[in-house]
Order: sequence, then C-alpha cells, then structure tokens
Amino acid sequence: MSIRVIKPGMLSTFQDLGRTGSQHLGVPVCGAMDSRSHRFANLLVGNTHDAPTLEITLMGPTLRFEQTCCVAICGADLSPTLNGDPILNHRPLIAHAGDELSFGARRSGMRAYIAWRGGPTLTPVLDSASTDLRGGFGGLEGRALRAGDHFELDTRLDPMRLDKAQKLIQTLRLILPAALVPVTPGTPLRLIRHPMADLFAPDAWERLSCDTFRIHAASDRMGYRLVGPELVLRDRTPLLSEGTSMGTIQVPPDGQPIVLMADRQTTGGYAKIASVACVDLPAIAQHMPGETIQFKPLDLVQAHALLTRREAAFQQLAAQLTPLHRALDAARH
Amino acid sequence: MRAWTIEPQGDTSLIIRLGEGLDTDICRRCAHLAEELRRAALSGVTDIVPAFNSVTLHISPSLDDALSSREGLLHDIDERIAAALARPLAEHAYRVIDIPVCYGGEYGPDLAELAQHCNLDEQAVIAAHSTAAAWVLMLGFAPGAPYVGIHDPLFDLPRRATPRTHVPRGSVAVAARQTIIYPQDSPGGWHIIGRTPLRMFDPLRPSPALLAPGDCLRFVPISPEAFVREQAAS
Repeated sequence: MSIRVIKPGMLSTFQDLGRTGSQHLGVPVCGAMDSRSHRFANLLVGNTHDAPTLEITLMGPTLRFEQTCCVAICGADLSPTLNGDPILNHRPLIAHAGDELSFGARRSGMRAYIAWRGGPTLTPVLDSASTDLRGGFGGLEGRALRAGDHFELDTRLDPMRLDKAQKLIQTLRLILPAALVPVTPGTPLRLIRHPMADLFAPDAWERLSCDTFRIHAASDRMGYRLVGPELVLRDRTPLLSEGTSMGTIQVPPDGQPIVLMADRQTTGGYAKIASVACVDLPAIAQHMPGETIQFKPLDLVQAHALLTRREAAFQQLAAQLTPLHRALDAARH
Repeated sequence: MRAWTIEPQGDTSLIIRLGEGLDTDICRRCAHLAEELRRAALSGVTDIVPAFNSVTLHISPSLDDALSSREGLLHDIDERIAAALARPLAEHAYRVIDIPVCYGGEYGPDLAELAQHCNLDEQAVIAAHSTAAAWVLMLGFAPGAPYVGIHDPLFDLPRRATPRTHVPRGSVAVAARQTIIYPQDSPGGWHIIGRTPLRMFDPLRPSPALLAPGDCLRFVPISPEAFVREQAAS
C-alpha cells in the first residue's frame, strides 16, 4: 500500500519547512521554495505545517494511489487531473486505490505542492525531511523522484468511514484571507534595504528599486540570477563570508544581483544590497526564468506587520477547516 | 564604545559583528558566543551561525511571538554578548580533535609546487602545517566543510588560477592562511596538500558533522598505508 511514481515530472522533491538548526555546521536549509503554498496544502489535508510535501516543477509527475488518501495541491496551476478529469488547486479531495494523479500544461506559476493527509513516511536527516539535492541526503534517498519509486503514507484512511469527510469536502467553501491570496503577476516584490547597501554607488539602490530585472535561465532552487542595470560596488574591499538568508540579494563583482533561495549555501562573501521581504518569497519562487520582476522598498516595521498578518490568516484558515480535520481524524485506520 | 554591532538582515535574521578583519581571536569569540546563544534557547531563533567575525541569528518567520518580542530579543542578546565578551577567551572550553592527514604524493598533488613556491622542502611545509594547533574558524560551502586557521604566513597563497573540476572527498587544501577539508567530491580551487581518511559529514551518523566552529585541530601526518587502513576502518 503506497503511492507509486509512474512519471517523475521535471523536478519533484520532498520538502518541508527546511533543515533549520544545523546551518552552523554548513548544512543548507533547503525546504519548500514557496512555503506559503506548502503550508496551505498541508493545512487543507489537516497536517502540521512542517509535514513534508512533494514540490513539483513546471511539468508535474504522474502518481498512482494504491490506498485511499486525502490529497491537496497548492501553488502553481499545472492543470492537475485525477483519472483524466480536471481537478482544482487549493481544494482537498479524497482519492482511492487505483486513482491516478497527473498534470498537464502550465497555466500559472512554477512550483506546486502536493500534500497527503499524514504525509509521506521519510527518514529525517538532522530533523528534516527536505531533499538536499547537492548534499544527496534527505527526502527520498537525497534525490528527485524517478519513475518506479514508491513511498508510504504515515496515515491510513478507512474508505468505509470517509462519508462525513467526503460531504464536508463537497460543500467546503473556503474564504481565503487576503494575506494568503497570491500576488497578481507584475506586482513589485517588496525589498528591505541591507545595512551593506552603503557599499554600493549611490544610484544602485534606486536602480534596484525602480528598474526592471529579467530572471536568468541559470536560476534554480539555489538562487535567482537577475539581469538588469549594473549595481556598482563603490567599495571593493574583499569581504569575509557571513550568514545569508533566503531572499538575501548578493551582488558579485559583475554587478548582477542574485536572490538567494532555499538551497543556498549557509554563508556567502559577496556584498549584499537588500533582502526580499519574507512574505514575498513565495511570489519570487513562482516566477520562471525569462520573466521580469520589479521591486519596491519596504521598511522592517511594515515587513513584520505583514508577517504577523500572514500568520493570523493561516490561523483563520485553520479554524475554517477544523470540522474537516476532525472528520479525517475519525476516518483513520 | 561597544565592541559589537547588531544589524537586521531582511526581516528574518540579525547579524552580530564582533570586529573587523581576519583574526583568530575574533573568530573564536564568534564561535563561543554562538554556543552561548544556542544554550540560551532563545524563543523563535532557529539557527545561530558563527562566521569569521560575525554571528547570524535566523528567526522563524512563522512564530508570532518571536516577531512581536523583537525588542525583547535584541535586549536579551545584547546582555548575553556583553557577558560572553567579558569572560577571557582562555576560559571558554573547546574540543581538541586530531585530523590524520596523508600529505603529498597522489593524495596531495599540490604539495611539491607549494614547497617550491616557499623555497622549502616538502617535510618543512608538512611540519609547518601540522605542528601548530589550528582552529575551526567556521563551517560553510558544503555540509560539514570547515575553514581552519589561521596558519603561518607561508600559507598566504591566492587560490589556484584554474579551479579543479574534481577534488576527492577528504582532500586537505590551503589558501589565504587557511585550510579547508572537502567533505564530498566536488570542484575546488584551493591547493591540495593531503587527504584525511576521516569523513567530515555523514548524514547517517547520529552527529553528521565531525567538526564544529571553535574546535581546535591538530593535523597528524600519516603514511599512505595508514591512510588506506583508516579509510577502510571508517
């Protein structure tokens, strides 16, 4: 009884909220690129927000269920289907043994997250199930899914006891709090100035916050390379490496900024000019290479207020889903 | 004047800086401070990352209380830094770890060139590298990968002009008065002078990383036979 991988998709990896707590040992955090969608998907099926989900990229996998399960997909719209019938993102559904989940054309975004009630059974490494692709550990054998893989789910649902959950799902009308609605494409991403920004020429900050940047093809889970006006370093004294975060924007000597993402190294030695606000990291993670982005400044007080609002929104959403979570709990084997 | 600064990096991390430049004592101070802050189990702080002259604190973005009590956190950190810096460096405990290294030959292809560059014979370079105790300054660039130093000025070399595309796991390499040990096969631009049979990182071990910031290392020269034997044993 498990879930079988018929086709792996372009890049499908198990991720949770990241391998935190070991960065001082040089261990990258990894984790979901779009943590908002990851948490949303977990919430829909009644998991804790750090349960592993499957992060799928552009071309989704084909998965066959060999047991009854409750599943939800959030993030990019990659035209999901169940047994060939279109299904909707952002809605939980009950799938049965023999059902096949697959994906078609990309309609929006870059990465989607599949959550199962109970989550997949994976052996944690340093307290996280996230796949570290470069390190080759975590997730499923430290790598992306391949055809023929299979994995177990932690929770078994009894198909005979799912009537109530099924009814609740059919009548479920979620009111999505504003803080959880994805930003419309083209909306500038919010930036917090880095204390090191003073190392740059006076116009660099203005260029970064006013001009348009294109996402380079060599952008991946490690970082987004941006192509745009050169951000000139005024002071070229070599810097000593220090801690970086997801969203930190570092600028190598060529003046082209790099937004560090989930698989970034724990430390970096390039000058830093800004950080993408935490609430907008999911938005950048949904951008494709070749697309353009713009930024606008935000201060720390506003950034913290937005984070607080997002947490409140997750709690509000959890409250709406409580009856469904109870019904799913009651249907456990 | 205070000997440190605390600056925000984005909305989810803070960088504490304890000084300027590359200096063993500042670096050890950072490692000890990171340990003290870790022991304090600060609410909402997920990672405490010491580097050459800084300690970065990562704060969970999904904890309401951590955000709303940012002022309290800053105050708390400030007091702990003051207390940690008030103690003489000699009072801080550290681990001493022996790192067996097979120098030169096929395991250290750059040793001969380095010796030539310094006008020394290979044995003198090995002695310079292995006699003085060295400190784990920080870990970075890969899981479990240490930066070790600060060595004798004779190891003040720039990196190789052309990085190698393949450096074997365990390679011990020098540049800029520091040593790095490659935890896995990877590309690399440092001068390889030897190889250790020890594994810097093994995700299947209870403690995957062998070394931690602030450890004191002693490089112990071993023969190729001992290398093969110890590698088989680990």
